Amino acid sequence: MAKDEIKTPFKLVGTRVPRPDGLDKVTGRARYGADFSAPGMLFGAVVRSPHAHARIRKIDASKALALAGVKAVVTRADFPTGLEGEKWNLQDNAMAGDVAFYDGHAVAAVAATSALLAKDAAKLIEVDYEILPHVTDVDEAMKPDAPVIRAGAADYSVPEGMPPNVVRYLDFGHGDLEAGFAAADLVRERTYKTEATHQGYIEPHACVGQLGADGKGEMWVTTQGQWYVRWMCAAVLGLDAAQLRVTPSEIGGGFGGKTTVFMEPLSLALSRKAGGKPVKIVMDRSEVLRATGPTASASMDVKLGMTKDGTITAARAEFRMQGGAYTGLSPVGEALQCAFAPYKLPAVSHIGYEVLANRPKAAAYRAPGSPMGAFAAESLIDEMCRELGLDPIEVRLKNAVTEGDKSSYGPTFKSIGLKEVLAATQAHPNYAVPLGPNQGRGVATGFWFNYNGDTSVSMAIAEDGTAQVAVGTPDIGGSRASLGLMVAETLGIPYEHVRVNVVETGALGVNEPSHGSRATFASGKAAVLATQEAIGEMCRRAAAEWGIDPEAVEWVDGAAQPSGPNAGKFPPMPIAEIAGNMSATGGPICGHWQGLPEGVGASFGTHVVDVEVDPETGKTTVLRYLVVQDAGRAIHPSYVEGQYQGGAAQGIGWALNEEYVYGTDGRLQNPIFLDYRIPVASDLPMIDTVIVEVPNPGHPFGVRGVGETGIAPPLPAIANAIAAATGARLRHLPMTPPKVLAAIRAGADG
Amino acid sequence: MVEVNLWSGLRRFTGDLAAVTVEAGTTGEMLDALVAAFPGLGPAIAAGVSVAVDGEIVNGRHIPITRGAEIYLLQRLKGG
Amino acid sequence: MSKIHVSATVNGDPVEFLADPRETLLDCLRDHLDLTGSKEGCGTGDCGACSVLLDGRLVCSCLVLGVEAEGKRVETIEGMAEPGGELHPLQRKFIEHAALQCGFCTPGILVASKALLARNPDPTEEEVRYWLAGNLCRCTGYDKIVRAVMDAAADLRGAA
Repeated sequence: MAKDEIKTPFKLVGTRVPRPDGLDKVTGRARYGADFSAPGMLFGAVVRSPHAHARIRKIDASKALALAGVKAVVTRADFPTGLEGEKWNLQDNAMAGDVAFYDGHAVAAVAATSALLAKDAAKLIEVDYEILPHVTDVDEAMKPDAPVIRAGAADYSVPEGMPPNVVRYLDFGHGDLEAGFAAADLVRERTYKTEATHQGYIEPHACVGQLGADGKGEMWVTTQGQWYVRWMCAAVLGLDAAQLRVTPSEIGGGFGGKTTVFMEPLSLALSRKAGGKPVKIVMDRSEVLRATGPTASASMDVKLGMTKDGTITAARAEFRMQGGAYTGLSPVGEALQCAFAPYKLPAVSHIGYEVLANRPKAAAYRAPGSPMGAFAAESLIDEMCRELGLDPIEVRLKNAVTEGDKSSYGPTFKSIGLKEVLAATQAHPNYAVPLGPNQGRGVATGFWFNYNGDTSVSMAIAEDGTAQVAVGTPDIGGSRASLGLMVAETLGIPYEHVRVNVVETGALGVNEPSHGSRATFASGKAAVLATQEAIGEMCRRAAAEWGIDPEAVEWVDGAAQPSGPNAGKFPPMPIAEIAGNMSATGGPICGHWQGLPEGVGASFGTHVVDVEVDPETGKTTVLRYLVVQDAGRAIHPSYVEGQYQGGAAQGIGWALNEEYVYGTDGRLQNPIFLDYRIPVASDLPMIDTVIVEVPNPGHPFGVRGVGETGIAPPLPAIANAIAAATGARLRHLPMTPPKVLAAIRAGADG
Repeated sequence: MVEVNLWSGLRRFTGDLAAVTVEAGTTGEMLDALVAAFPGLGPAIAAGVSVAVDGEIVNGRHIPITRGAEIYLLQRLKGG
Repeated sequence: MSKIHVSATVNGDPVEFLADPRETLLDCLRDHLDLTGSKEGCGTGDCGACSVLLDGRLVCSCLVLGVEAEGKRVETIEGMAEPGGELHPLQRKFIEHAALQCGFCTPGILVASKALLARNPDPTEEEVRYWLAGNLCRCTGYDKIVRAVMDAAADLRGAA
């Protein structure tokens, strides 16, 4: 493993310790969203629109309410009116108003004394619909005569004269595009499409909500962000945020899809109407697929100019994305910003359209937008490399950005590790394995900004010198282990002496969710700064005991000691001794940090995939897979590798299998895992990883964030490998066997 | 004075200027000064923007901006 | 609908519960017996998060009715470690190899892996991958899971 060869001055950071929640998770004790129960609890079920677009004429719940054991029914009439912007989006997506905007849109909810009874009651709620014309495809939705989803939904950015479903318009770039294309030896322009995919976390959404007539409420919920659940539920229901206490459960995967609310406000509304009894709502898989997530679908034009030696002279991208029936959720901006981010470009132009369609409200999905942008840009770069007979890694190295270069999206890059990533990729043995017939190798690069966000962390020293840390970022992939390592390293105590707790909203200031690859960066930096505050306090206590200046005390290996021979001659005072005397020396010893941790460092990764395509069936088999990515610093290398491997697997699914399939009636045709097929163990090989470490100077241990970059390269890398294996270039995901076969049969250019 | 680079779509609101110069010591002052000079930018800034200062995307209105700093306005970023 | 009385053995203990005839074995384990270690990821037998052994046979408990457990032996994740708490080698190896991220699929994968090693103590990588093809994991890409299962198999063979 590459990481282990890198010498670091750390004792704990970079080691592969057992995760603190491991025992609970291998014994079935860990409590996830659906595992929580409360005394007197009711069960909720949601009535959902079977139509893609329909006016709701009337809802009659009388038969349901007549069933013994049914305690409450809520519709939009039970929610406050007058919300605007994202608050309205959240409310309308949680419970339709006059119009159901997509197949699966909630229109009513019922609470009863058992889950079976609630489902029975939901079936008795009669909804009278007037079916309206619908549109689900992004290009269809952009036509001037497409059914209008919501008139007047466009924001300030949309110039006059655009089609009615265009709600946001973006336009950015730099340099002289015409001169750039004129300087090229080869100019190519292609169109690409990606279909909507779902985050596909195995744990369905689940919550228990309780809300009294006094406006005080509690919620236990599976989420990436308990404070987001709090403000969103408060906004949707018109509550005071601080009166709602939200406790996150263990989370069974999120990938961005659990950074928002769906049925959570409904459980609170039902609880309030049922006299304050707690109401549990657990989605089934088809509800998850029909009414949560997914990501946007995209239609993208890319034009590139390249000289014979592989220098990219100009790039133009025009992306169209639908993110459902609500504004602001399609990641078209991020897709454009990421598409050409790896390359130094003298001239680049980006144009984007966000389009409404009759689909569920898009949620964030791992590096939102980056996979689509990478698919379009990296596919075309590969195609042009082949046409010019150039090595794809050499071309990427030739054009790669480094510190001080202007990024494609504007600002100048600080310290980044793209060239190091490309060099490590080129040197890896996978890149030299000979290929057989019907086999091909694909290369692609991806990018993510990484992120900080609102962060509040507290830590405290226990009476025996062990330490507890309260963080607000739910642990989706081992962050408690990495945070524990950083705090233990800072304190100079064993890893096992630190307990990291993900706490409820009442225990800390506002935290953003575990999103944007921020948990180890932002909560990690905050935890280190909080720990340093506690260390400062312990040094002061030691100084007071010794009667010397606190400035003359330093913290070394878990103990306070005089900082030099002139400071005084005292033996080191270990943390356990300082902690044991805390009551007599000034009381509790705590540290806290809150703020927006600065110093975010961007991350690049390059993937190499070898595939074999069956010329008879068009089936693609992934033979070999390599992820090389700059982590900045791998705090816990196993979980960094896990992020690389998991991101790659999701990208492979997106490339080969996964898509939202809508019928002509606008209904989702594949709302179960049998038909929405995510990769299974037998679909994949081992996924090789190389952790490149170009430390981020903005983090005490050099962390950049590792969660997201890895999902972007697989889409183009696999398309490039299929092109290498078959000569057929696929530009519309997913690359299913029928599509690959058709492309092969159509000749070299599919 | 600091120079603020805008995305092209905002030029409609600045008389086609791609970069505008304002007097500001912090990110918040910079955004306020932009809106004061070009009221048409108000809705864009109210909708949420990310600001890159010397190559780093920062959040918040109180980030200091030094003379000669490189400033870019970007569409607000979201993570998964 | 009136409920049906069911007697069964779960993780070696005799249990009794009243099942609605529509309730699955998974519902009964979770809601009547408080054994929430088995998870529902799909309810259609596609994800394997609810895997249990029924009279020694690996099943998706979401596809078995609770009333079908009458007189049968059920083994769940909660019964995998020794009664005193000593972990099964599979459980140890999953922690050691970082073979879980969110951990939601882990109980089902551990139960399924135990069933694999009971019938094939020395599986190839391919055999592990095909056996576990009914257990979805969205976090790991399966790499570390497969390594953990093979290492646990080696461990068990060494101990035998």
